[in-house]
Amino acid sequence: MADTNVTIPEHIPELRHHFDDTAQQYESSTLGMWVFLLTEIMFFGGMFGGYTVYRNLYPAAFASTSRFMNVALGGTNTAVLICSSLTMALAVRSAQLGAKKMLILFLVCTLALGCVFLGIKYVEYHEKWVDHHIPGPGFHFDQPRFQRQAQILFFLYFAMTGMHALHMIVGVGLLTTLIIMASRNKFSAEWYTPVDIIGLYWHFVDIVWIFLFPLLYLIGNH
Amino acid sequence: MTTHVTPVRTYVLVFLVLITLTISTVLISRIELGVYNFVVALTIAVIKASLVVWFFMHVNRSSSLTRLFVFAGLFWLAILLVFVLSDYASRGWLPGPQWL
Repeated sequence: MADTNVTIPEHIPELRHHFDDTAQQYESSTLGMWVFLLTEIMFFGGMFGGYTVYRNLYPAAFASTSRFMNVALGGTNTAVLICSSLTMALAVRSAQLGAKKMLILFLVCTLALGCVFLGIKYVEYHEKWVDHHIPGPGFHFDQPRFQRQAQILFFLYFAMTGMHALHMIVGVGLLTTLIIMASRNKFSAEWYTPVDIIGLYWHFVDIVWIFLFPLLYLIGNH
Repeated sequence: MTTHVTPVRTYVLVFLVLITLTISTVLISRIELGVYNFVVALTIAVIKASLVVWFFMHVNRSSSLTRLFVFAGLFWLAILLVFVLSDYASRGWLPGPQWL
């Protein structure tokens, strides 16, 4: 597989004066985004830690609660997110090549898939609402002995998928901004940093879902 | 500065592997494997996440400094999980070693 190489001049109008050259500026932007993503790992890590503790305390309750998760919808959403990660990666690739039309096309695809994900998430939440699976006074669970413990899993489910959905909503806003910037010719093969770092963000949100899906939906599937 | 542009083929290949792994994790979860259900599900998730980090997030082409930061993040996450679990386990609050 032959790689394409795009050579970027050392000085472009977008180069800020406190950087030596575009390579250094690019490296700083990427590293800064990764530092932000590390704080995000720790943020979601706290919730995954809480999940781990409660799952170990109440394995039976978690396994029987997990059966009420909609694997078909969750699985579809996993596929939707992986597709959106592909289109995002291709959007970054188009930006690297300076292909404006392709960039906008792939960004719109990513945005649309993000919205499909949120739509399916809405259907799932609505299902939980109808089944009285929202933790609180109205919570009802078929097995009375797990009434209290099952609420913990549903609480974790709403906290984790809710925070993930919030990140998706932020991502949808960021993608919209990128589409507007791209249509105003803000990006070129020489400078496309926002596309690149929002791409990192989008893939990170995908990774969070890659872990949420088996941990929440599949633990009681057998 | 030179940017390496990854061929479309690589991205599509990674995408197909990710979809295949998603389907297999759903299918495997239907088989009763005891504690190994969890082990298999998490192994597949880690493989999928690594593919996304390595190819989609371009860590395969990033500098050593960026790689060090990625590693540091995972290492701190490991500290968080291992220390929380060892604390609970050593107090006898978790039911035995079958925590998997």
